[in-house]
Amino acid sequence: MSATVIRSTRASQATIGIGAALCVAAATLPFWGESSWMREFVEIACYLIFAMMWNLLAGYGGMVSVGQQAFFGLGGYVMLSLGNFLGFNPFLAIPLAALVSALAALPVSRLAFRLQGGYFSIGTWVIAEVFRLSIANVSAVGGGSGTSLTALRGISRATREHTTYWVALGCVVAAIALVYLFLRSKQGLALQAIRDSEVAAESQGVGVARMKLAVYVVAAFGCGMAGALYFVSNLRISPDAAFGVNWTAFAIFIVMIGGIGRIEGPLIGAVVFWALNKFFSDYGTWYQMGLGLLAIAMTLFFREGLGGFLQRRLGFEMLPTRRILKLDAQPATPVPAHTPAAPSQLMPKVSL
Amino acid sequence: MTETIIQGLLLGGLYCLFSLGLSLMFGVMRLTNIAQGDLIVVGGFAAISVAPLVGGHFVMAGVVLLPVAFAVGYALQRTVLNRTLGKDPLPSLVVTFGLSIVIQNALLEIYSADPRSLDAGELATGSLNLGGDIYVGTLPLLILVAALACTAGLQLLFSTTSLGRAFRAVSDDREAAELMGLNSAKVYSVATALAFVLIALAGLFQGLRTTVSPADGPLLLLFAFESVIIGGMGSFWGTFVGALVLGVSQQVGFKFDPGWGVWFGHLVFLAVLLVRPNGLFPKTKG
Repeated sequence: MSATVIRSTRASQATIGIGAALCVAAATLPFWGESSWMREFVEIACYLIFAMMWNLLAGYGGMVSVGQQAFFGLGGYVMLSLGNFLGFNPFLAIPLAALVSALAALPVSRLAFRLQGGYFSIGTWVIAEVFRLSIANVSAVGGGSGTSLTALRGISRATREHTTYWVALGCVVAAIALVYLFLRSKQGLALQAIRDSEVAAESQGVGVARMKLAVYVVAAFGCGMAGALYFVSNLRISPDAAFGVNWTAFAIFIVMIGGIGRIEGPLIGAVVFWALNKFFSDYGTWYQMGLGLLAIAMTLFFREGLGGFLQRRLGFEMLPTRRILKLDAQPATPVPAHTPAAPSQLMPKVSL
Repeated sequence: MTETIIQGLLLGGLYCLFSLGLSLMFGVMRLTNIAQGDLIVVGGFAAISVAPLVGGHFVMAGVVLLPVAFAVGYALQRTVLNRTLGKDPLPSLVVTFGLSIVIQNALLEIYSADPRSLDAGELATGSLNLGGDIYVGTLPLLILVAALACTAGLQLLFSTTSLGRAFRAVSDDREAAELMGLNSAKVYSVATALAFVLIALAGLFQGLRTTVSPADGPLLLLFAFESVIIGGMGSFWGTFVGALVLGVSQQVGFKFDPGWGVWFGHLVFLAVLLVRPNGLFPKTKG
């Protein structure tokens, strides 16, 4: 009896191919598109990256954080400080800001991880508030009213907009690759085992505490990157904008619409969010109420989200992260009873 | 300094009322109600709207409001929140977070962003002499006494009544409790109904003591949460003391700089979390 582990299908390889082609096409946008399109893309890119990190935490790591805006804001302020005070190029400061956010996640996790479940959520929110109030007391970055990114002065508007756009595109591709490769790695396998059952994973030798910390740090890196990118594009930062809980609110909405615990979820959710925002944001409070009600309805009645719905209809995963064991059993040797779930149960329509 | 501490203790009484409902719902069904603060604000606005209809006195508003809160809490748990319960905390968190956003925007639409308050009548200006130069407001003192009464009442309810026994049973082991004939869906709904009565009372007092505005909810949730964690989960008296500690911390911070009160409260909370992760009074029996 032989066995093969299926990690990707022709359909999923095709998805990646189409995605890569789309990225190449998107990279040419500054040569033919309008600058408002680029600005819109950069904004939605920040929401998308932030939502992907929330999905990684809540959908895979089982940590429902309401305080990731702590790292988003920190990324923004670190980028601004590196640019304004130390003369760094703000674009090059983005990865550095992300790195600082990831480092900050180490001590923060010591506090946050003392709380579990729902109390972890509110605990992370308190920590984000401490970040906001602390930065609001630092007069060098304008205190409560905020300050402007002066390091980009002297660069022409077109150059700035084009570079911001390309950097945003690069950040999105990097974030998707980061999450995809992380989930397909050995650590990712461990993480998905933890998601399915923490006790079972621990008994198989998975270091649950270490994995959770790893996810928390990776998510802080991504959120820091999104924050730095957002304020490079926005040119103005304030504690309320940087550390606002609405970042998490929109991330939850994007992830619940697209489908939690699947990579393509936030991608689909971000497209839906962009479209809703475009057509309905003028309705203000009614629009926000609608988003809240939609998130509630999705959670109660449609937990798989649009991503899960699409996967069922199409019959394949667009970005597979599971390893599926395919047994080529000979008739004489029956499959042992304790074999992990047969491929036919997991993925009925897989073609080899 | 005595003055600051007394003011802090009185503020803590209000925070205790904020947090009892949160503590009750988490204790009975491990449900973290992110909309707690927003529901308190709803309580405040509801009292402001109802008071003129029942003769303008806040006591009458409370008499009308508290039974309504009980019914609303029961219905919300029965129809929506019971569906979100389970091993995974995510559904209940997302649903209550969504609820919080809906409430904030609905209040903004109905009442606009202006802060409003409830007329306390002669209570607003009355004060008591505690000897020497120290005076305390009658209303803050009344709130502290109410907090004390609610805490004692909840603790008695849990330790001596059959309802309290049902609460503890479904909290310890839902399936075993159901085998013994308890309907956990009903028990959970009664717990939320009681939590909503406490929430409405907290909102009423918040509206009397200061003001309510649609965006206040999240901060009130954080105060409630910090009180629960500082005191130690699973004990109502712990929550009461935690709220007093938070109130005093904020008053002390406020004394140094008017902008530091809330911040200092957060720092004390984080310090307690670091040094005594189970709170000052970890779970007591009963």
